[in-house]
Amino acid sequence: MAERGENLDPVRFRGAGFAPGESRLGGGLALVGLVTLWQAASSLLGVSPLFLPSPAAIVAALWRLIAHGDLLAQIGVSLLRILAGWSLGAVAGLAVGLGMGLFGFARAAGFAVVSALFPIPKIALLPLMILWLGIGEPSKIATIALGVFFPTAISAATGVDSVPRNLIRMAQSFGLPFADIVRKVVLPGALPSILAGFRISSSIALLLVVSAEMVGAEKGVGAFVLQAGNLMQTDQLLAGVVVLSLLGLAVARVIGALEKRFVDWR
Amino acid sequence: MARLVLEHVSHRFGDLDVLTDVSFELGANEILAVVGPSGCGKSTLLSIAGGLVAPVAGDVRIGDIPAASLNPLTFVFQDFALLPWRTVAGNVALALEHRGLSKQELRAVVDDVLARTQLAEFASALPKQLSGGMRQRVGLARALAVRPAILLMDEPLSALDSQTRDLLMDDLEQLLARGAMSVLYVTHNLDEAVRLADRALVFSRRPGRIRAISSAPVPRGARADPANADAVARWRADLWSMIRDEAAAADRETAHG
Repeated sequence: MAERGENLDPVRFRGAGFAPGESRLGGGLALVGLVTLWQAASSLLGVSPLFLPSPAAIVAALWRLIAHGDLLAQIGVSLLRILAGWSLGAVAGLAVGLGMGLFGFARAAGFAVVSALFPIPKIALLPLMILWLGIGEPSKIATIALGVFFPTAISAATGVDSVPRNLIRMAQSFGLPFADIVRKVVLPGALPSILAGFRISSSIALLLVVSAEMVGAEKGVGAFVLQAGNLMQTDQLLAGVVVLSLLGLAVARVIGALEKRFVDWR
Repeated sequence: MARLVLEHVSHRFGDLDVLTDVSFELGANEILAVVGPSGCGKSTLLSIAGGLVAPVAGDVRIGDIPAASLNPLTFVFQDFALLPWRTVAGNVALALEHRGLSKQELRAVVDDVLARTQLAEFASALPKQLSGGMRQRVGLARALAVRPAILLMDEPLSALDSQTRDLLMDDLEQLLARGAMSVLYVTHNLDEAVRLADRALVFSRRPGRIRAISSAPVPRGARADPANADAVARWRADLWSMIRDEAAAADRETAHG
């Protein structure tokens, strides 16, 4: 009797691919590779440091600026503006967004206003803000707050929409008061969307603080970068850009940690 | 004495009539199964009975509610309706937190129902860590925690595989036998109805009307006795015959537009 399986072909595995996993090594290698290539191009091809300073020159400039204390002061100023503007915009956006998610009239009015105003590049409103609030801090903070308000409101409203209705009905069936349903069911359920909104709004805040500082400020990372550009100090200019990139990464890390802490149940 | 009374209840969603002139009573400690073809309005009826949907016509009244009942009309949902961010104990506690209990009282009630539903060792688990059967146990524990006078069960076992369903039905049978509760049990599964119910309310196709209310030929506790097997089988066959007629008619109506 023939051996079982004799003359049969093995089934070919066809399930590979389309399942990209996480690779910390890949990310690190890509960054190191890019910086190495940049450094090699600067050193070997003789690219003018005025047009493209080498990574080593940028690090040296960064070190000098930090040691001098000037850059840290500029970062501090920018961070304060971001913190104030983002907090104002986020609190207002959350209040309006939750209202839009929970109440019919607020929803109709809110979506009409938000849809009309959201597409406006908020930096275009800075001159108006300066006219209303003066050249000082309030106009910059208000511009950042405006930029943060809209994505926060939209993410909060869509977050409330995404809470499964059966959970709300369950809470109603157990007699939970309205405030308890909002606090214990709606807010936690909307949190993933709200945090996703925070991720976007924090990037917008960073973008706007730099833009606002370039338009009308003496201090701040944006003003520093602009001044370095005007003085052709491209190593310092790019040192400022590196700081902005690190700030963006730090904010993303903070949001990531919040997500891990509060929406780990997904 | 009737604990839940529906009188001439009708409902529609937009232009679609869902229920027409439904009247029945649910007695104290009675289990009434509601069966009928798909889409006949069974779940809507349950939502109306529980006050989650306001009917366009008719009355729903309750009475004879024990003073100790914290939430007389309590649902057990088909999809469990657990908060994914709360632990098992937290989901059960949700139903009690606004009832003015002290922390110790609340903890004692939660521990008690988790023990009764064999969930004590899973108190700290999140719903995502549980199987479907365990999740529905949590749904049951949450319902029992508020000492319901009337349980409104909306296809509580239909999201489970057949093995889990059988196991949970055993537990359900024991829990319902021990507790002094009335149950309105919506199901499309005749085996559940025949095993658990004292009476079965057979619905017509949509718009749902009561086609028949049929009493079980033998008491709940005696149905497993082989001597009663024929009577139980006949009851099931009678119920199925009525549902099949309605389902077939519904199919024909759908096919003819």
